[in-house]
Amino acid sequence: MSNVEAHTVAYVRDTMIAQQSPPLAESGAIRWLRSNLFSGWLNSVLTVVSLLAIFLAVKAIAPWLLNAVWNAGSLAECRAILDGATGACFAVIRDRWHQLLFGFYPPQFYWRPVLALVLLFVAIAPVLFTGLPRKMLIFSALYPFIGYHLIWGGSAWFPVSVLLGFVAGVAAYVILRNLNGLVAIFGAIMAPFAWWFLAAGPFDAAMSAAIPLGLDFVRSDRIGGFLIALIVGVTAIALSLPVGIILALGRQSDMLFLKTICVVFIEFIRGVPLITLLFSASLLLNYFLPPGTTFDLILRVIIMVTLFASAYMAEVIRGGLAALPKGQYEAADALGLDYWKAQRLIIMPQALKISIPGIVNTFIGLFKDTTLLVFIAILEPLALANAIRADTNWNGIYWELFIFIGALFFIFCFGMSRYSMYLEQKLKTDHR
Amino acid sequence: MWPRTRLGQPTGYIMSITNDQRVATAAPQKPAFHPSMLLYDQRYRSITIQIFALFLLMLGAAWLIDNVVNNLRLLGRTFSFNFLWQSAGYDINQRPIEYDSTMTHGRAALVGFLNTIILAILGCALATVIGVIAGVLRLSKNWLVSRLVTFYVEIFRNIPTLIWILIFGAVMAESMPAPSAFRGDNASSSMIFDAIAVTNRGIYIPSIQFQTELGVLPIGPFAPSLNWILILAVIIAGIFANKQLIAHANRLQSETGIRPKTWWKSILLLLLPVGVILVALGAYLDYPELRGFNFTGGLHLRNSFLAMWLGLSLYTGAFIAEIVRGGILAVSKGQTEAAFALGLQPGKTMRLVILPQAMRVIVPPLISQYLNLTKNTSLGLAVGYMDLRSTLGGITINQTGRELEGMLLLMAVYLVISLTISGLMNVYNSRVKLKER
Repeated sequence: MSNVEAHTVAYVRDTMIAQQSPPLAESGAIRWLRSNLFSGWLNSVLTVVSLLAIFLAVKAIAPWLLNAVWNAGSLAECRAILDGATGACFAVIRDRWHQLLFGFYPPQFYWRPVLALVLLFVAIAPVLFTGLPRKMLIFSALYPFIGYHLIWGGSAWFPVSVLLGFVAGVAAYVILRNLNGLVAIFGAIMAPFAWWFLAAGPFDAAMSAAIPLGLDFVRSDRIGGFLIALIVGVTAIALSLPVGIILALGRQSDMLFLKTICVVFIEFIRGVPLITLLFSASLLLNYFLPPGTTFDLILRVIIMVTLFASAYMAEVIRGGLAALPKGQYEAADALGLDYWKAQRLIIMPQALKISIPGIVNTFIGLFKDTTLLVFIAILEPLALANAIRADTNWNGIYWELFIFIGALFFIFCFGMSRYSMYLEQKLKTDHR
Repeated sequence: MWPRTRLGQPTGYIMSITNDQRVATAAPQKPAFHPSMLLYDQRYRSITIQIFALFLLMLGAAWLIDNVVNNLRLLGRTFSFNFLWQSAGYDINQRPIEYDSTMTHGRAALVGFLNTIILAILGCALATVIGVIAGVLRLSKNWLVSRLVTFYVEIFRNIPTLIWILIFGAVMAESMPAPSAFRGDNASSSMIFDAIAVTNRGIYIPSIQFQTELGVLPIGPFAPSLNWILILAVIIAGIFANKQLIAHANRLQSETGIRPKTWWKSILLLLLPVGVILVALGAYLDYPELRGFNFTGGLHLRNSFLAMWLGLSLYTGAFIAEIVRGGILAVSKGQTEAAFALGLQPGKTMRLVILPQAMRVIVPPLISQYLNLTKNTSLGLAVGYMDLRSTLGGITINQTGRELEGMLLLMAVYLVISLTISGLMNVYNSRVKLKER
């Protein structure tokens, strides 16, 4: 057959034609435009509308930004420099950035919060990135005391004496462990309290008298600005995760009474606005404490914000626990693990991994909620913006302050959400 | 965590059960109760822990109540809600129901409550519209549009609500023209369609008025206008009749295979009665008008309300957009392909195949966004919106000094609102939930 074909076919091409470039409409920028911007009439309309919107926005904002004045002592001076043209007056940021960041913190001590922030990054680095040496976690554990001392100052022996309480707890556990497990736990709980209530005060006084060591004390009401947002945010974030885990476990528990307490607590906190809780902290706490006692407003706020965030955290983690297949629980039981071992080694690592997006969202929400402190007279950035506006020099300035504060919040929140995406990618074990 | 003593326990315990079972017929042997079992036996330990917790809880509660009683005694106060019946003496600018400063604190709280509810409902509605549109557009193949929407979502999600509310408040108060700019022959501002005036004191829109007033229906503290009740009743009746019509059409279709044309009947049923009743009552639009230094007539949307409404809706809308996007992405691509293979058009694919499945993923987080928005209405104080928090939780508490009672009442009201919303939405959720058989 092939012979016949060879005779009948007059021409057979024996070399390939060189490759042609695709038609102009199917390549390069034109193709991209056609498939991405003008693929149909609806898309074309959307594209044109968006272009128009961008154009109008740029037209409105660009001159304002381009004419921005950075050097002036007051809004009136800014307007004089601008001479009728529209323009931003970022001079207010230049003039007052230290207030927006630190509140009324004594300027000569600005290095202390800055150092605390730098050390904070060192302390959370080993928590965030597992590649770093594990020994750094020791510093992370010590950081709360260092950070407290750097920001508030006072006698260095105060944080040391508090720290020694925890040391006493660990020591009691280690000593009593060989005796009896339950006694060891009881001892580990009681020893720190015994230390704090009985020995910490005299120890602090004695050591301060013997070796006076420490930084100048800064009162809480002088701390403000972004510093207070970070203090409240970071502390409440760090505390709300463990409390949230405990609440979530309590809600999943078989013990009816414990479960009821957790459900009522979680639903109550989630049912009322944070602002009512903050008001309770500032107004009502005096009713619930023995007559005459009072303690620092920032500490009260941290406690309230922590409780608030931990209720949300509990629900997020409960979602993760519910998403775990039942077989995981049964497998842990089959291995003979007790409740806490099963939670620690099998259940929690998986449940927490599932709930990472929710956990980080709660963190972000918590950090943003620190702006509500403005309502209870804490000098967070928005309160300081009001204070700056109350100054005759800067009366009537809005956008520049909002942009500055908004940008700071955006950087932190956006950073957190990106980190959560990175973590999700890293921990992803399904092969898809 | 609890080594040694505990680890040996379970195995011994299991063996004792099997032994028991084996010899059950011979001699039912129960291990004698021993006090240490309260701690080491799992059956009793949970009871021990719960009783201990109950004890601690009661101790704590007793301590708190004792402190409250002591503090109140020291202050020479009693715990009572009598202040709710005292004269309030302050004005509220946005009044959905009749109110003036001679009325009681309770009445003021009710006005605030209604303002909270109005803001919450309108906010949820607008946030849903914005969120759904943004969520769908973010999935658009149009590069520019999806980038723009991403920008919107990220910038609103990562900056606190309070800042947005203040920004919108400042936009309304600082960037809009004063009413005087509308005056004169060469006014620098003009009304949109001669009907809507956007000023730095708020937005004025036309309102519907009636020539014939049927009077009001007095129920307790409320006095809703009979006109509106009538219109609402007619609308609901129309919707109900339309449902019957569609059910009838469905029945005919399943019997005969031919679906009767219903669209013009639907339009007639829905619109005609409302039109008739509006004409009968002599409804007309009351346009805002510049008189003196300010606009009169029409409906005045105050700056405080607009700032809250826009701020909350755009903020929550960004979250809803992400939820909608996630929900649509969660429906596997095979569903779309299957729908296309069946010959469904893209619109019908979305409506009949994708959305019903996406709703299951969307609804639970949507509920919590609605709850968040409702709770965030309590930020009204920042721009002077007179909601429950500003009336009962603000001025009333300041005037009467009843922090404890006021805050407890405030929390209780918010709790009831939240539980109601989550209850209603849970009912809806259980209806759209996948029925596993």
